[in-house]
Amino acid sequence: MSNEAILHANMGSAHATHDDHHEHHQETFITKYIFSQDHKTISKQFLITGMVWAVIGGLMSVLFRFQLGFPDDSLPWLEDLLGKWWAAGGHITAQGYYALVTIHGTVLVFFVLTAGLSGTFANLLIPLQIGARDMASPLLNMLSYWFFFIAGIVMLSSIFVETGPFSGGWTAYPPLSALGDTSPGSKTGMDLWIISMALFVVSSLLSGLNYIATVLNMRTKGMSMTRLPLTIWALFFTAVVGVLSFPVLLSGFILLIFDRNFGTSFYLSDIFLSATGTALPNEGGSAILFQHLFWFLGHPEVYIIILPAMGIVSEILSINSRKPIFGYIAMVGSMFAITALSFIVWAHHMFVTGLNPFLGSIFTLFTLLIALPSAIKVFNWLTTLWRGSIRFTPAMLFAIGFVSVFISGGLTGLWLGNSALDIHLHDTYFNIAHFHLVMGVASILAMFAGVYHWFPKMYGRRMNVTLGYIHFWITIIGAYLIFWPMHYEGLAGMPRRYYDYSIWESFKQFSDLNKFISIVVFITFSTQILFLINFFYSIWNGRKETSENPHGATTLEWTTPINPGHGNWVGEIPEVHRWAYDYSKDGKDFIMQTTPIGADEKEEKH
Amino acid sequence: MISMEISSTTQNNHQRIHPHKFTMWVAIASICMMFAGLTSAYIVKRNQDNFLEFSLPNYIWFSTIAILLSSVTMHLAIKSFKARERQKYKLFITLTTFLGIAFTLLQIMGFVKIENQGIALIGHNSNAAASFLLVIIGLHALHLLGGVIVLIIMFFKSFSQKIKTYNSVPLEIMATYWHFVDILWIYLLIFLIWVRS
Repeated sequence: MSNEAILHANMGSAHATHDDHHEHHQETFITKYIFSQDHKTISKQFLITGMVWAVIGGLMSVLFRFQLGFPDDSLPWLEDLLGKWWAAGGHITAQGYYALVTIHGTVLVFFVLTAGLSGTFANLLIPLQIGARDMASPLLNMLSYWFFFIAGIVMLSSIFVETGPFSGGWTAYPPLSALGDTSPGSKTGMDLWIISMALFVVSSLLSGLNYIATVLNMRTKGMSMTRLPLTIWALFFTAVVGVLSFPVLLSGFILLIFDRNFGTSFYLSDIFLSATGTALPNEGGSAILFQHLFWFLGHPEVYIIILPAMGIVSEILSINSRKPIFGYIAMVGSMFAITALSFIVWAHHMFVTGLNPFLGSIFTLFTLLIALPSAIKVFNWLTTLWRGSIRFTPAMLFAIGFVSVFISGGLTGLWLGNSALDIHLHDTYFNIAHFHLVMGVASILAMFAGVYHWFPKMYGRRMNVTLGYIHFWITIIGAYLIFWPMHYEGLAGMPRRYYDYSIWESFKQFSDLNKFISIVVFITFSTQILFLINFFYSIWNGRKETSENPHGATTLEWTTPINPGHGNWVGEIPEVHRWAYDYSKDGKDFIMQTTPIGADEKEEKH
Repeated sequence: MISMEISSTTQNNHQRIHPHKFTMWVAIASICMMFAGLTSAYIVKRNQDNFLEFSLPNYIWFSTIAILLSSVTMHLAIKSFKARERQKYKLFITLTTFLGIAFTLLQIMGFVKIENQGIALIGHNSNAAASFLLVIIGLHALHLLGGVIVLIIMFFKSFSQKIKTYNSVPLEIMATYWHFVDILWIYLLIFLIWVRS
């Protein structure tokens, strides 16, 4: 059938085992670990590449936090390490600072929380949880990873360019992104940035196409859409959002490339460049047009980041509470609502661009509407926990941590989504605190939860639990200590993106607070190294998994062998008879999705 | 009862669309969004100052005829492939390829004509009205050329004596894409005429 056809059409040398005959093709190191078309290997490639980028992006935040917390101190060895361009005399330079915040944003948003998060878990979970041997097109899937990888190499190379990487903010607004003479980073750095992002868009589109086609077409017998685990629904909606919004970003980038390289005036008008002392001939362009095109992706992008996290958390909370997820259909419905709303709220990033106030009120309305599905989800997570027999595994702690920061970061969204309040709050540390908590920290926590939870499926071993607990507590406390005080700074009007606040009379009062935040950043970042050690040590030396279903979960990935080969199941793909959340039902701890409905049992109506 | 159930499930499997075909439909949705972005940008831009007005060259109409004809030949190609009439199939796929190339050439000639009227498409004295035409129509042409490349590969495959394929799925996916690029062009044409009037 289609499943087998896909695997065979693209995998001449696959290690596929069938019920009636056994084929053992030779697999080389290269086909198995590098140019692999096995979704499980691709998932690990996304995860580890994402982790490398998380370390790079995180280190950048450590460096610019050093500047923000200790603007008067110098570390001479920093110059030896990074060179004069970045850290002359042991101070982070202004140009270095702007480059750091720009690349930190780009890398974390796109490489870590988009590719690293949904790349990892969509690849791992979609085929395993819907009962498919692989993706709809394993070849496109492999290409998607390699486009991501090359995008990363290009972005990395921009850090080593003489004029530095792009430094006009991760949003790349023109004219800084369109005119090479406006800043050092706008030269080669921006060329590399835009090439890297174009490659990244291709990667996201290829993977998104695959995820959608796989979820809709490759489900095993009996796996109706309403029997899908919420992880799959979440990853499906994520892919839909990505496939429909990334092309718009690409069209924005294409116009930008024309402005940069071919002298057109899509975004440029009436510009006098003080750097060169010339007036530019460009007329009639509008920089706001780029903002529209950018935020038409930019806003859905935050849902691309948060939706997979929501799916992972729903699954882990239910399993570790030994209770069915509360309000399954409401969960799916609210994710659908978030997906639909995500496309009509982009202009709330542009309230202060001179947007018509009437339009602003409509965008405020839609933006605040998102609070409804979000609140439904939070309510359902809490009611899932309510009176459950909770197992506080590291994965569960991270999932609960996600709910916590999602609430505290989400509430401030109500402030920022209001076009009147936004006049005061936009571009301040309040905004930084908001999106880091609700999107950054929340999704990272969910990603950790997913890694701890599915590690046995990925590597057939367990991660160390004690290190997991230490990792969790320092991370969650650190996250709150870093971002909570920023709300106060923002309310007091402290703008983001400034290089040195100590020279401003109004913000001098925060110098001790900034110092405190920076110290917590150093501690929290160092703790992530614990996770890395735990992760890589456990791949080879972790406690061996002995059970096919270590968490007592109901979903299909736990019916495969401990170390499944390409094709996932030995013999037939199992058939599904029930939804994914039969926990503590009829006196049984859990009932697998593959167990037929008993004679005296009613199927859960949801 | 039981046999009925079994037959209904197998039928169900039959009716399911091939995953690769479905992927093409999702890709089409994605491409639509890209052009939706560009055409809305065009509308935004049009309502601002300094938007040059000029008429579209006649070549646009000739190219439209070429792309419409190519959809017909594409359809005939797939019909003859399914009827196992290889000679006819080769003829129609060749015609489609040439019509696709002709479409692109006619559009390039159209742009040359615009340039000859003294309207710069790119460069510092260009106007966004003309640049937009170049970007939107040019991107559409690139999508069509992508299809032409696949057609050329299929063309050479059809002459290969060693491998004979009777699987019509790749061709059907190709045809879907080709018709889509055709319809996309009609949309762009109507959009440009309507929004510029």
